[in-house]
Amino acid sequence: MIVLEAAVFLLVAAGGTAVVLTRNPLNQAIVASFYGLILGIMFLVFQAPDVALSQITVGAVALPLMIVLALAKVRALGGGKGEGGGK
Amino acid sequence: MTPALRRWVFLAAAAVAGGLLVWGLTGLPSFGVYPGPYGDVLNQVAVGERKATNVVAAVTFDYRGVDTMGEEYILFAAVVGVAVLLRAQRDEVEEPPDEDAADRRVPGTSNAVRVLGLALLGPVVLFGLYVVAHGHLTPGGGFQGGVVLATGALVVYLSGEYVTLRKVRPAALIDLAESSGAGGYVAVGLLGLAAGAAFLQNVLPLGQPGALPSAGTIPLINVAVGLEVAGGMVLLVSEFLEQTLVLRRPGEVT
Repeated sequence: MIVLEAAVFLLVAAGGTAVVLTRNPLNQAIVASFYGLILGIMFLVFQAPDVALSQITVGAVALPLMIVLALAKVRALGGGKGEGGGK
Repeated sequence: MTPALRRWVFLAAAAVAGGLLVWGLTGLPSFGVYPGPYGDVLNQVAVGERKATNVVAAVTFDYRGVDTMGEEYILFAAVVGVAVLLRAQRDEVEEPPDEDAADRRVPGTSNAVRVLGLALLGPVVLFGLYVVAHGHLTPGGGFQGGVVLATGALVVYLSGEYVTLRKVRPAALIDLAESSGAGGYVAVGLLGLAAGAAFLQNVLPLGQPGALPSAGTIPLINVAVGLEVAGGMVLLVSEFLEQTLVLRRPGEVT
């Protein structure tokens, strides 16, 4: 169990770093979705399945969806020309 | 402000914030140690008192049901806020999205995605209903199940066109689901008052722990929250989708 917990902590740390290091907002939304899934697994490993389910639905589905739709809106208005760059 | 000065300001602020963080972390209970009495007490009494095998649901929808009502209305207010903001721009005429490159057509949805979407739609909706209906028995509940139900609408969108989604989601029905879900929570609360008890008190027969009809008002509240969340999420997504489709004011030259 200790090994599993340590592994999931490392995954969460790697995932969070990956989200920060991804500079393109569109790519970042997808990476954040994976990170939400990893967080859900962490909650499951620490025996909080209720929170894990909420985390997966919000972090892996709802939040990236809102980001992608907002990006599409920005791009439709002509504000996102040249892929943004994340700056 | 010169870059060097900015760096010094940042380093000073980071040092203070980092110090506070370390100070706060040293005061936390050790890993895996639970100091508070409430969780232990609830684990002892919740199943016996409320006949709900999911103690989390017993806490969120019964012991602190008023808190959860507030949370539900936060979501409700957020969805209504987004809808009001986006609908205020409906004086814009519908136009197909601007073609940046007229020779490059947007590729249609591939058959593989369509088949996968069709195959997923039924299980997703069924799973959402299951999660809503079993919130008092197993992990899950109205909130999680509602989002799962809303992803059903997303699967329709992904495997078809937005026009298809418009057909399968009559706006009036979605609005009705959201508002009746929000109102339903209060209605269940008023049930307590009608029975001569407190607001949101669990006055219905509790039944046997583990049975589908058990735990009194908790499943009813779950259904209300599920309706509210599913309706709200679909409304939110479709408002955003309409925006990406449409969006130029009359006379505006692009």
